[in-house]
Amino acid sequence: MDLLYTPAHELQRGLAARQISAGELCRAVLARIDKLDEKLRAFITVTPELALSQAGEVDRRIAAGEELPPLAGIPVAVKDVICTRGVRTTCASRILHNFVPPYNATVMEKIMARGMVMVGKTNMDEFAMGSSNENSGYYPASNPWDTQRVPGGSSGGSAVAVAAGMAVLALGSDTGGSIRQPASFCGVVGLKPTYGAVSRYGLVAYASSLDQIGPIAGNVADCALLLSAIAGYDPLDSTSAPGERPDYTKSLNQEIRGLKVGVPREYMGEGIDPGVRGVIDGALKVLASLGAEIEEVSLPHSKYAIPAYYLIATAEASSNLARYDGVSYGYRVEDPGDVVDMYMKSRSRGFGAEVKRRIMLGTFALSAGYYDAYYLKALKVRTLIKQDFDRAFEKYDVLICPTTPSTAFRKGEKVDDPLQMYLSDITTISANLAGIPGISVPAGFSGGLPVGMQIMGRPFGEGDLLRVAHAFEQATGHHKRRPEL
Amino acid sequence: MITIDVDHVALLSRLELTAEEKKIYAGQIRAILEYAGLLEELDTENVPPTAHVLPLRNVFREDRVEDHLPLEKAMQNAPDRDGNYFKVPRLV
Amino acid sequence: MAKYETVIGLEVHVELKTLTKIFCPSSTTFGGDPNTHVCPVCLGLPGVLPVMNKKVLEYAIRVGLALNCQIAAFSKFDRKNYYYPDLPKNYQISQYDLPIAEHGHLNVELDGVEKRVGITRVHMEEDAGKLVHQGTISTTPYTLVDYNRTGVPLVEIVSDPDLRSPEEARAYLEKLKAIIQYTGVSDCKMEEGSLRCDANISVRPAGSTTLGTKAEIKNMNSFKALQRALHYEVERQIEVLEEGGRVVQETRTWDEAKGVTLSMRSKEHAHDYRYLPDPDLVPMVIDRGWVEEIRSALPELPDQRKDRYVREYGLPEYDAAVITSSKEMADYFERCLSGYANAKSVSNWVMGDLTRLLNAGGMEITRCRIAPDQLAGMLRLLDSGTISGKIAKTVFEEMFETGKDPDSIVKEKGLVQISDQGAIEAAVDQALAANPKVVEDFRAGKEKALGFLVGQVMKVTRGKANPEMVNSIIREKLR
Repeated sequence: MDLLYTPAHELQRGLAARQISAGELCRAVLARIDKLDEKLRAFITVTPELALSQAGEVDRRIAAGEELPPLAGIPVAVKDVICTRGVRTTCASRILHNFVPPYNATVMEKIMARGMVMVGKTNMDEFAMGSSNENSGYYPASNPWDTQRVPGGSSGGSAVAVAAGMAVLALGSDTGGSIRQPASFCGVVGLKPTYGAVSRYGLVAYASSLDQIGPIAGNVADCALLLSAIAGYDPLDSTSAPGERPDYTKSLNQEIRGLKVGVPREYMGEGIDPGVRGVIDGALKVLASLGAEIEEVSLPHSKYAIPAYYLIATAEASSNLARYDGVSYGYRVEDPGDVVDMYMKSRSRGFGAEVKRRIMLGTFALSAGYYDAYYLKALKVRTLIKQDFDRAFEKYDVLICPTTPSTAFRKGEKVDDPLQMYLSDITTISANLAGIPGISVPAGFSGGLPVGMQIMGRPFGEGDLLRVAHAFEQATGHHKRRPEL
Repeated sequence: MITIDVDHVALLSRLELTAEEKKIYAGQIRAILEYAGLLEELDTENVPPTAHVLPLRNVFREDRVEDHLPLEKAMQNAPDRDGNYFKVPRLV
Repeated sequence: MAKYETVIGLEVHVELKTLTKIFCPSSTTFGGDPNTHVCPVCLGLPGVLPVMNKKVLEYAIRVGLALNCQIAAFSKFDRKNYYYPDLPKNYQISQYDLPIAEHGHLNVELDGVEKRVGITRVHMEEDAGKLVHQGTISTTPYTLVDYNRTGVPLVEIVSDPDLRSPEEARAYLEKLKAIIQYTGVSDCKMEEGSLRCDANISVRPAGSTTLGTKAEIKNMNSFKALQRALHYEVERQIEVLEEGGRVVQETRTWDEAKGVTLSMRSKEHAHDYRYLPDPDLVPMVIDRGWVEEIRSALPELPDQRKDRYVREYGLPEYDAAVITSSKEMADYFERCLSGYANAKSVSNWVMGDLTRLLNAGGMEITRCRIAPDQLAGMLRLLDSGTISGKIAKTVFEEMFETGKDPDSIVKEKGLVQISDQGAIEAAVDQALAANPKVVEDFRAGKEKALGFLVGQVMKVTRGKANPEMVNSIIREKLR
């Protein structure tokens, strides 16, 4: 059985049928990492011993005749913003360069209970702040389709790992597009769940009211499998939605005849690269041919999403990142004079420029005299943006647009102008503000680079997203194309 | 033009910046805030703020003791310690 | 008429005695080894999230009701952002604009005058850790941090600036402590830190209605310290004004050893707490039905108990107030009563000798070796004439020292009162014979001589003679 790029759902069958062993699969992935990661730099920490021991355990249980849960033995890469007990978790920051969590994130408990095999912790923009993986405190990651280009961010490493076959599945996190955009840039599938669908316990917080952990995979079925593994109510997370989650795999192989698709005009206008626009137009035609009813819709407050996001996210971040102070964990400067000196120097040396910029912005937005004009105002605009979506979903089942305005840009192209970088989040940010789910699926190519199509749905409408995404994928097959490595 | 007291904001954030950094950050933050001025176009007088997207209320747990972190795990990342205490420099 | 008027408001923090912390299931037990009652959440590790302890809300509502407050229908938590090494997240989860309770009051009595003091608000928040210095804050070369206390639930109770003297402030704090102890939500021990008090104090020309500039005073660790510190601060502020200066709005710390308040102005600017609603916690909608359930389950509060003592036991108002000023004392009192029904007697002994001995020994009534039923037993011995009032005092002190039963003490020390007519007559005869001059003085009309003679009889009988009988027998004999 050829292991490289084989979907998880097929690998599962192979494992159960003992055509392959978990150990073999693990070793193949580790070999691939050895071969490619020096160039691609998708990983901050590779965990070969741990992975092999986990794989060995799965093989032992198979040999004992045990029936294993879905995804047992499947190699997974975990974004380094998710706490893994006993394994260094850096958030791609120098300030956590030596931080080893004494506890597991809830999603880790869940995937470990499934018998998944963790091959390593992936590279990212520092503290999830960025759209290119260029803000990593360690090294940038490279897009496997063109290593002169960014893989996207902040879950750059996770998207690269899957796109390059250095992991079968990956976990990322998404606060303003950080799963969907790198998935789009790297030609893989990435899903941001509804806020509250997946536990945030153990996800190092960037913006608490926007963050979600989500799956990244090479195809829609695998994405559904991984989402099923991690979703669920968690009593350790007060913002976790109560109730049972559906079996997401039931949304696969379904018809989309009669499905009402809205295409927000604000995401299809100027500012969207013509090549990308062309691919999406073609994708919509495919959906129409499958029976979907496609109409234009307006989300009139779209243009206010970016300023609202950057005030809310940075305000929450400025508070969430206050704990990095060198007192009980993380980097502490040598020979500080007093406690204030320790705070100042440890934070200034431990944090990168983008993180410092966002902390300052957020601190300002909350500061005396400015709270009402900035933070509070942004929270009110958020209500208007959410209402746009509520209205749209009264009529449409899903909303579709390009995941990103362009294909992957060159390294260094946007680092010097943060505002330009922020503006490229226009298509993904609103879903986080409204708390709705969104998925990016490979929709084609422009200039040789992947183009992602974003499908957004109602709160807890992941089923609809997967249904449309799977139908589209099965009708097109873009996900089968691989980068030359 | 928005004026930002960069020194004050840096102090509140416990960040020590060089003069060069202060200038760059001040300029970049000012540009972002000016862009954020776009929000003033909207009349939000009667719009309630959304601090939480989910309409959850009254999420509680029972008053029951559960396992603590063993001391060594609690201290395993300590940059400096003195016995069972975390150690930091003097306050002033 | 004094030239200046003092205006004081108190901010009191009370540790709630729930089993677990406010946002995590770590134990709140006092005094564990450092950093052993902690978990990832109260350590503020990356990635953790708070989950609210329902019992804390219930206790906070109890406090609000006991202080006659309006309980909020909708409440939430906010983050108060500031940096300090005892604060793991460098923000404290507290309540800003929607506290759990507001607009209450309590009644304070001072020198026979009752006054209503307003309570602005009651809110919930998490406690910080403990810092240990080597020496003083300014001389220590380093600081040690213990996070056991981080996350212990607190209520903060803010009074209106209604207090007009350090004595009034003390009386308010004592009353507040009693009320909260009665609700059962806290032990309110200042020495253990489960009751802490900061004061905001200003002075103004007598008759003025505008408030003067206030200073915040911290680090007052006992009722006495509160009183001393406030007295000092009033004098200090008056002196500043008299010299033509202005009082600076600042935080000052009470230095117990030096007996002065010292400015705490450091290189930090004024705090800008940048409050924001905590996005990790969802709001609370407080059901009115639940509030009423809590209200009806409220234990009897000090004022109610005091009124009941006056009504049921016929105690004077003053006695009832003193006895009920602490829950432990009132409970002790009632347990005594179950063994001995004369409330006034019990009250006299508790307010008198017992309090005197407790104060001398610097101990709380809870540590008293005399069990309530033992005091009752002693009073029964007194009633039955087995011991005299004077002997009772000796027995009492012995009970206090040793915790032994009164019967045992009386037996061991042979303190049974002599009430035998014959025995007393013999002793009287002996005393009269030995003091003929005094007898003559008495016969000549000097009443005081009788006292001397009684004393002599007591000496002979080693204090055990029944004093009333000695008195009447002497008078009889010298008639």
